[in-house]
Order: sequence, then C-alpha cells, then structure tokens
Amino acid sequence: MSEQYLKKINVTVNGISQVAQIPPRMTLLDFLRDELDLTGCHAGCEHGVCGACSVIYDGAPVRSCLMYAVQADGCKVTTVEGLAHADGTLSILQDCFCETHAMQCGYCTPGMLIAGHSLLQENSSPSEMQIVQAIGGNICRCTGYRQIIEAIALAASRLKEAS
Amino acid sequence: MTEYRYVSKPRRTKEDRRFVTGQGSFVGDIKCRAMKHVALVMSPFPSAEIKSIDASEALALDGVHYVLTGTELENATNSLMSGLDLPNYQRYPLASKVTRYAGEWVAAVVADSRYIAEDAAELVYVDYEALDFVVDPEEAIKPGAPIVHPEIGGNVFFQRKFEWGPVDDDFSSADHAISYRARWSRNSTVPIETFGVVAQWNSAEELLDVWASIQMPKYQEQIGNALKLSSNNVRVHYDVDVGGSYGVKRGIKHSVLVGYLSIKLGYPVRLIEDRLENMIGGDAHGPDRIFDVDMAFDGEGLIKSMRMRALDDAGASPGRAPLQLGKPVTAIVGPYRIRSVEYEAISVSTHKTTQEAVRGFGQSPTNFAIEAGIDKVARFLNLDRFEIRRRNFIEKDEFPYEIPSGTSYDSGDYHTVLSKTEKLANISSLLAKRDQIRAEGKFAGIGIATCLEPSGGNAGFEPLFNEKNPTTTWMESCQVKIDLNGSITGIIATTSAGQGHESLVSTVIGEVLQRNPDSIRITRTDSLASLPSNSPVGSRMAIMLGGAAQGASEKIRKQLIRIGAHNLQMPVDQLEYRNGDVVIIKEPNNKIEWCELIEIAHRRYHDLPNDMEPGLQARHVWEVPTGGSMPTSDGKVQMYPCYSFEAHIPLVSIDPLTGQVTIHDYYIGHDCGTQINPHIVHGMTYGGIAHGIGAALYEKFEYNDDGQLLAGTFMDYLLPSAHEIPKVKMVDHCTPSPLTPMGQKGSGEGGYLGAPAAIASAVNDALEPLGSEILTLPMRVQDIEEVLCDAI
Repeated sequence: MSEQYLKKINVTVNGISQVAQIPPRMTLLDFLRDELDLTGCHAGCEHGVCGACSVIYDGAPVRSCLMYAVQADGCKVTTVEGLAHADGTLSILQDCFCETHAMQCGYCTPGMLIAGHSLLQENSSPSEMQIVQAIGGNICRCTGYRQIIEAIALAASRLKEAS
Repeated sequence: MTEYRYVSKPRRTKEDRRFVTGQGSFVGDIKCRAMKHVALVMSPFPSAEIKSIDASEALALDGVHYVLTGTELENATNSLMSGLDLPNYQRYPLASKVTRYAGEWVAAVVADSRYIAEDAAELVYVDYEALDFVVDPEEAIKPGAPIVHPEIGGNVFFQRKFEWGPVDDDFSSADHAISYRARWSRNSTVPIETFGVVAQWNSAEELLDVWASIQMPKYQEQIGNALKLSSNNVRVHYDVDVGGSYGVKRGIKHSVLVGYLSIKLGYPVRLIEDRLENMIGGDAHGPDRIFDVDMAFDGEGLIKSMRMRALDDAGASPGRAPLQLGKPVTAIVGPYRIRSVEYEAISVSTHKTTQEAVRGFGQSPTNFAIEAGIDKVARFLNLDRFEIRRRNFIEKDEFPYEIPSGTSYDSGDYHTVLSKTEKLANISSLLAKRDQIRAEGKFAGIGIATCLEPSGGNAGFEPLFNEKNPTTTWMESCQVKIDLNGSITGIIATTSAGQGHESLVSTVIGEVLQRNPDSIRITRTDSLASLPSNSPVGSRMAIMLGGAAQGASEKIRKQLIRIGAHNLQMPVDQLEYRNGDVVIIKEPNNKIEWCELIEIAHRRYHDLPNDMEPGLQARHVWEVPTGGSMPTSDGKVQMYPCYSFEAHIPLVSIDPLTGQVTIHDYYIGHDCGTQINPHIVHGMTYGGIAHGIGAALYEKFEYNDDGQLLAGTFMDYLLPSAHEIPKVKMVDHCTPSPLTPMGQKGSGEGGYLGAPAAIASAVNDALEPLGSEILTLPMRVQDIEEVLCDAI
C-alpha cells in the first residue's frame, strides 16, 4: 500500500499479540481482515448500523468499521475466530446456532455470535426481550431473527446445565 | 405419505459450521497476488451530458493505476444483454455521453487499495451539462416528457395487454364491480453483503477467472459476450459463499467492468461495492408499481373477473424489470376461481436506478394488489374476509386446475391450510385481543392474506415478453460419484446464498443411496468443469436441483443393482438395494455388499456387465416439469410447475398519536409439499416474512423532485431489526406435488409473497373504524399518521 505514513500498533487478537505497521486511517475491520486475515468479521454498511463487523473490544462488543485500528493499540480484541475452543470444538453458542439453523447466508452470523456471546457473558439467563435487545443492533436479512433468538436461549439453558 | 430416512427430518445443515467459525468464503475474502481495487465516480445529476472528464489529478496520486471512462469501455466491449427486443438499445457498465440517473457510474478508478481508489475518485473532474429528467412513471409516458433513451423512441420499454376469457361479458353480467389503485413503492432485498467481484486474467491461458457474489443464470456467457471472449475463456468459480441475494446479486455491469480492467491492466482487479455504491448505483432496486384494478363479483362475494393494469417504473435501463411483470401471469388469479382476466403490463423508463430481479420476481406486489381487492370486496358486501376467501378458493379436488392465463396449478388444499392457520391463531381469542386493544384507545386490526408461490420455473416469461427468445427450458444438473473407497461426492454448478444447497443435495443423495448425508461431500465447481445450471432463481432449487440429484443418484443405484445382478446371476427384479448392499429378496443373507460393489465398479472390469462404463458416477440434467412449450398467441403459458400456498394472519395495533405500528402476533400456515429440510423451510419463511414486513412498513427507495435518491444508507433506508419482527408462529401442511420426485415445491420466496399483503390487510382492518384505508406500501409512520390526522 502506497501510504506515506505508517503507525506501529500492538494489539492482542484472540489471545495472540500482533504487531503491525499500518496507515492511521485503516479501520479496525480492515486491519483484522486484510492484515491478519481474520475474515470472519464482515463489512456490511460501514456506517455502524448493521453490526456484521462486530468484534469484542476490551470486553464489550463494538463495530470494527467505526474504529481505527490505531485506537486498538494496546487493547484486546476477540473475533468470531476466537470463540471456539482451542482444540477446534465449537463453543456452546456456536453449536446452538447450528442446532437451530440460526443463519442462512452466514454473512451476519459472526456479528450475531459476538452479540450473543457478549450477552451471555453478562447475563446467564436472559429473557427473550433481553436477547432481542442484545441482537437489536445487528441486521439479518435472511432469518427473520427467530432461529437466532432460539439459539441464544438454547445456549443459555445449556450453559446453565453445564455449570 | 412416503416415510423417509433423511428427507423431512430436522437435520442440521451442512453449511452452518463454516459460518459459525468465521470460515465462510465470501468474495471479499478472495485474495489474489498484486490485486488492485476499484472505486467509482458517480453522476450527481439524474440526467446530464458528459462534456469532458479530467482524470489527471487522480492519476498523479501515488498508488493509482488507471482511470477508466465510459467511452473507452463502450468502444471495447459489446452491450450488456437486455431481456427485451429493443433493437437500438444498448447498455454499458459506465455512462459515456449521457447519464441517466443520479448515482450512475461514470468512471472507475483502479488503485493499490480501496482507500487510495476512493481518494482518487474524488479527484476525477467531470464536466456535466444538466439535462431535463423525469422520475414519476406516469409523467414519463405523457407527451413531451424527457426521454431516457431517445433511441427507443419513448419511455415505454414494454407494453402488452392480455385478455384471457370473456372479461367484458363477466363484468357486464356481474352484480357488482369495484375499482381501486394499489401502489407498491420501490424497495429491494438489500443483502447485508454488497455485490462484489474479483477478476483475474491469465494472458498465457487466455482465461478470465471470476469470483463473484453472484446469483445469475448464464453469467459466464453474458461476460463472454460483453468482453468479446468465447465463454470458455471465462471461468466463474461457484465455491463463493454469497452473503444474501434474494434475487438481486446479478452484478453483470460490475463483472464486465473488472473483467475488462483485468485484461487491460494485467492485474487481478476487485470491485466490492460500498453501501452507497450499492444502494444508489448498484442497479439492484426492485419493483416500483402502480396497479389499477377492477373486480367484478356477485352478491355472494364470488369474484367473476378481474382487470389489472400494472405500470412499473423500471428506472433507467430495462434490467430484469419488464420481465418481473411477466411472472405474475402464472398466478394471476391467486388461489381463487376467477374465470376471466385482463392484464396489461407496462414497463416505463425514468431517471432512476435500474431494477434487478427481486425475491418473487414481481409476484409479491401482485399478490398485494389482488389481496387488497379481496378485502375490499368483503367490505363492500359486509362479508367476513376469511369467509370470502373460502368461497373463492379452488377446491382441493379440482387440481390440476387451469387458470385463465393457461397455467395449470399442480396441487393444493387451500381450505385446510387456512383452517389450520385459523386454528393456530385461535381466531376468536385473537378477535377478543384486537377488541381489547381497541377498547384501550388504540387502533387494532387482524390481517389475512392467502397467496401462492409459483416455483421451479422454466423462464416462460422470456418468450412471453420477447418472441425472439424461444426459451422453454431452465434445466438443472447434478453429478454424483462414488470413489474407490466408497466415499460419495455430489457436484453442483451454482453459488449459494443461504439456500442450503449442500444440505439439500446431500440429503437427497443420502435418501436414494441410503447412506448418511453427513458423510456425503457436496462440491460447488466452476463454469468450465460443470454441467449446465440456471442458478438458484425462481424458488427452484428444492425442485430442480433436488430432482437432478435424485435422478443422478437413482442412476447410480440402478448401476449398483445391475452389478449385483450380474455377479449374483439373478434377474434385477428379484433383487433389492438395501443400505448400499444388493440383496436377493427371498434370501436376505445372500447379497453383494457395498464395498464389493464399489470394487467391482472401479477395479474388476471383468465382473462388470458388458455394456457398463467402469468407475461409478452418474450425471442427470433435469428439465423443468411442464417445461418445453412456447406461449400461445394470446399469451397463455405454463411457466412454473409447482404452486406452494400460504395463509398469513397478523394482529397489529397502531398508536393513535404517532401512527407507529406494532405487530403483536403473526401466524402463518404454509404448504410447500414435501419439505427436504424443515429447518431451512422454516427459516426461509420467517425470513421472508421479516422481509415482507420491511416492504410493508419501512423500506422505500424514496426520490425527491430533484431526482436524488434519499435513502442511500441504512440510516434512511430502514431495515427491520429483531425489535420490529414479531414471534412468528407457523403451522405446516403437506400437499405433495405430483410433478416432482419427492413431492417437493419451492419455498424460498414464501413468506415474502404474502406478508406485505397481510400487514396491509391488518393495518386497514385497524383503520376501518375511521372509514380510512391505505393502499400504498410502505405504510410508514408518517403515512399512517397523516391518515389519522385527516380522519380524526
């Protein structure tokens, strides 16, 4: 890339420290996708409405399209690639998304998982309305949300059983 | 009813695992070495003459490689395909002399990164001279209106009036008639992934590799024609996950543009639309339609005849818009016994963004227009809206039922589906709930819509609207092979946008060969390696790809039985295929097992029947059931074989102060014959309803009087979120199609084909106490509030 000025950042992504030289105007989304090849987060609207680019940033879900990567210097980021267990087995939430078929095209799915994962970290037994609120900032054009809501509710009940 | 092992069982889909782990492979994930990126220069004027283009500043920017103008591209390529017979009409990816809508692409910048390309696009200076324009379709057909394409001679792309049956007689002998206008405003499917394409030219091979988020029939041929290449110099890769489409992902102009640039520059070139490019200039808007309808009926509410004039605002180019007036011909009377119909289809050009195919291909607007009339007739006669539908429904023992436009509906049981839906909704308590909300001072209403989903089509609208296009087939294909180790692979020739084709095909193969679908690999090949396909359009893949997979699997099963018969020295009719083994029916322990059958096929040629090819593979190219006939001179045609049915019943309330609609309950009864995978059918139905709720209440590509699109972002084009979509409750019914191997029908468009009509019906039931009615979609907060203000 023929950008004149590059900035060095150090971001911990999915538990791995990543050092990179990047243009200051590069979004966190493009950094994750193009520099780290973590293509699970997606560009949908690039103005912060659809949620397809959601990642967990220092513990909270954020729109990676609305952040510059330089803002993440020294921070921790988790993407959808970081949700499964180290041995590759699916997290309970990921497995429940498969169980209820909580997706069709799969494009919004990583963002939905980030939203659902963040909810369940905060609230282990969410009501249906709390689930709706948690995914209310993520747009899905395929499913009408029903099977996504079912997946998150199912994951909450399975997590409860597991604990 | 047939008992299946895998079909109709609630099985996990094959595709989901890659999506939940972030391992989907979308076009934005395709990376080629030294790939360059495109950004576009868009016209700010709805119509303007391009006097000159100065790209010198853009080209001087570091990292910028090229600026392509419309004149260069037009001189080097052939016109993009038009579905109509318009001899002088041409269309190219970039405007050259004149722009025809605000947002039309005028130049393309190629740079090392998208960031730099966007910087450079702002440095391309275009000298325009603004021209007169027209954005109202009814104004566009008046004398003296600015003409979008002077070479066509006017603003009418297509106009034809059909008359099927004794319409005038039926109107004059009917007790009553009503007239009304219904307006379906411009919206679209608006996938969350925009359209994207990567093209890479290999000069030594003379081969253009294309990866795209595409859902389009004849894609590689269209690219080849436009770029003056043999289509075997174009290789479209089908193993690209498409991030939603629902019809619109047909970026032929994008693909020709990057294909040309890659050939010209020698680099791989990528164009991924940003949201604004997608909404304004991506040529992916949907139907924009004015219906003028007359219905004639008797005192019992039986509809005798209908006249429908559908005027559609196609925008700047024909695209697929005119043909979307054609599909409704195949279900022009809905599920009702209306015996004569006059249908006039008019496609008009204006200075707006071009349309693309949208879910249902024009059927959802038509269903809305028909259903609005059924409700109006009920009100006119003071009849129950459910009862009038029952009185007009085609009876289940009348199938196959030929409607006036020449289409034969395959099967259905509309009465049962409606009554199951009413039972699910518990209509009497739903009425009590509505009246309770009304008693609390709000407006409340129950909606009803009973609609058809034509599925599995043969593209009969092509010859119907263009005599020079004699298309009567819309085949689909599948190859199945079993390797030496007994592993099964199904090979299909299409991209997928969430329809679950891998699950569909593995389930069907597994069912026929009695092997676990989870063990069957489905691979999506490329346009050179594959059998013919027509892509997942027209709610067709359960029917057509399912049928092709079944045909190929059955050929393999027959081969296995013949190998068994030859080696057991028994006639075929005394053998049975059982779990992969070939068994003597009367001596079940005497058999040749799966592994040996496979080994014979692959290694032991001396043990094969004389006329059998070695190896174990079969291909099946399936023609559309009922395909193969051209329309008659009066426009009668069978273009779709299968007809799914659905009944929608929502309950809504309206805040009397703000006009805000809340959907409290939503019930749907759905019959798409045999469901291959219930999860997929249900998900598509829920999603279609959500999409339909958007069309009914929120989504509109609004233009102002200056010809500017006002809804180019998600801040102003409102997509329903989880807050707006109710908890839909669904009841299934199964009336198998007699035309398909397992009785399946289409379901991909389902919920969307009835939800807009049902929501409109509910809102109008809520407004009825005021004597008000809205027949324009979407019914946005401000539209409803305006009606409330006028009425109160």
